[in-house]
Amino acid sequence: MESFSVHRGTLVPLDRANVDTDQIIPKQFLKSIKRTGFGENLFDAWRFIDEGEIGKNPNERKINREFIFNDPRYQGVSILLGRRNFGCGSSREHAVWALFEFGIRCVIAPSFADIFYNNCFKNRLLPIVLKEEIIEYLFGLATGPQALEVEVNLETQRLSVETADDIPFEIEPGRKEALILGLDDIGMTFMHSDEIREFEVRHRESMPWIFSHDQT
Amino acid sequence: MTKTLYDKIWDAHVVGQRSDGATILYIDHHLLHEVTSPQAFEGLRLTGRSPWRLGANLATPDHNVPTQNRAAGVEGIEDPIAREQIITLDRNCNDFGIRQFDMTDPRQGIVHVIGPEQGATLPGTTIVCGDSHTSTHGAFGALAQGIGTSEVEHVLATQCLVQTRSQNLRVEVTGRLQQGVYAKDIVLAIIRLLGTAGATGHTIEYTGSAIRSLSMEGRMTVCNMSIEAGARAGLVAVDDVTLSYLEGRPFAPDGELLERAERYWRGLVSDPGAEFDLSFELDADELKPQVSWGTNPELVVDIDGVVPEPDIFDDPEKEEMAVRALKYMGLEPGAPMTELRLDRVFIGSCTNSRIEDLRIAADLVRGRKISSALKSAIVVPGSGLVKAEAEQEGLDQIFSDAGFEWRDPGCSMCLAMNADRLYPEERAASTSNRNFEGRQGYLGRTHLVSPATAVASAIAGRLADPREFM
Repeated sequence: MESFSVHRGTLVPLDRANVDTDQIIPKQFLKSIKRTGFGENLFDAWRFIDEGEIGKNPNERKINREFIFNDPRYQGVSILLGRRNFGCGSSREHAVWALFEFGIRCVIAPSFADIFYNNCFKNRLLPIVLKEEIIEYLFGLATGPQALEVEVNLETQRLSVETADDIPFEIEPGRKEALILGLDDIGMTFMHSDEIREFEVRHRESMPWIFSHDQT
Repeated sequence: MTKTLYDKIWDAHVVGQRSDGATILYIDHHLLHEVTSPQAFEGLRLTGRSPWRLGANLATPDHNVPTQNRAAGVEGIEDPIAREQIITLDRNCNDFGIRQFDMTDPRQGIVHVIGPEQGATLPGTTIVCGDSHTSTHGAFGALAQGIGTSEVEHVLATQCLVQTRSQNLRVEVTGRLQQGVYAKDIVLAIIRLLGTAGATGHTIEYTGSAIRSLSMEGRMTVCNMSIEAGARAGLVAVDDVTLSYLEGRPFAPDGELLERAERYWRGLVSDPGAEFDLSFELDADELKPQVSWGTNPELVVDIDGVVPEPDIFDDPEKEEMAVRALKYMGLEPGAPMTELRLDRVFIGSCTNSRIEDLRIAADLVRGRKISSALKSAIVVPGSGLVKAEAEQEGLDQIFSDAGFEWRDPGCSMCLAMNADRLYPEERAASTSNRNFEGRQGYLGRTHLVSPATAVASAIAGRLADPREFM
């Protein structure tokens, strides 16, 4: 996996609480058996006025001019500023794949839903939790005549914007290291294969009923 | 030290700590379906890895399968992309040797219905599935969680999940349910109370007399929607109801092994005095049938209530959410819920498609006709076995006589990945779990209700209070 250390980009403010994964990538696009191809249908029902379907030519779609992603200021964005409980609902990792493929590398919000938050780290997308008042302050900065440029430094755990002091953020050290080093998550667990095997032997002895249909 | 039920299950599954500080948690059972697994199997192929313990896995197609014309099998699926996804699950299960109830198997159904039905869902186990409603299985005192596709691959490869311990939240439901009020109303009321993120980072344990009096089906309905309050898992402690449900099920132990298991299972309760990080209480005596009015499952009122004014929320963010919800749902504040006319009614989903749900619905509709104003009203059993049992009891005939369509098992209109769906601005009473924008079809408008409320509403052609039909 590629590493993530410093990212610089422009920020799009999405002023809605409880953005659920059904909105991030609607279900009709989940029929794909691939990890790619979801970016053009990110926020499909909000970015477009016509109904989205697999295979529809994006150039022939009707754009919803009122949706912030279609505002000329916010083209080519790579950081998303959101509100509370971002990514709630379905466990579909397709939501993270869609954001990433669209170009989003970092989502900043006051809180995230658990499964979405986990899914982000598996895909080099950095979710950053900040206090409500800082989020509010960023919304203020982000809605000016030009999109806000932000530098996200994962090493120093700081967000930098030109016109203000740096904003520190917290992240679990293990998750930080995995992103910076681009570690393979499964590979990291495999380093504990012996422990897993030993646990399994003990577990099978103490709760054999869990394993009684393994061979049938 | 006293422990909660969650703590006990967690502690019994800790393998160790990874260098990054995360806990490696052993997973006993893994359920798979066609939508969130293809990329995980592809990952195994690319890295040359194979499943750690084949017997831990059970797969079935459910999200995409059609609920009609099933005799034609996979070839009968009209949508070529859906068909490919289901064929891919068949191929992956064959290639890797994973047990599957395929589309033609009489045991096929919604993963969260078939796990318990088969006795594959056992107390005290850890269960995962690439589906957020995996919380359903917590009804058995199992730690059951929804995971993403990368985690599906991780569990296939290592039989473990990497996690940090969650916090403990208790919801005590006191008193007893009144006539016409069901498990679905309990859980809708709980989400209304906690909010959609109220339980984020927590596992909920449901306790109290009203929970204890629920059947396993009812407990599954409650645990199923834990995720809608932000919790990854919900739990109900083991009791006689749990144990008698498990008796004789194909994957459950029997004989001496069962006796040994039962001794362990009996201890799967929170210790007296165990500490919870958060506690809430709900009085079942006072509870009325619940109905959602907005576009997330916390926007709920009593069935005899009215569409609320957005300013009932003190929080400006929630007020804005309510304004947007009213617009999307095409509603005016102050309108009585029971005046809202419906286009479609859906009885089904992993929340409410078990035999008890169908019995409650059939009882209420027996000898009545549903409104001719409806464009459709469908009943989708949760599994092939639920369907067969219902047919044996003659429930299919009762539904058909009333004007409902009796379908084949699958997720169906809960998320409208197959042909069962709402069309723009159509309004539905639905026994499913999510009323998000577009969830049941592009621009569709969903009202979440219990099976009884769905039936009453189908008869009336508008949202209706089931107590008026009892």
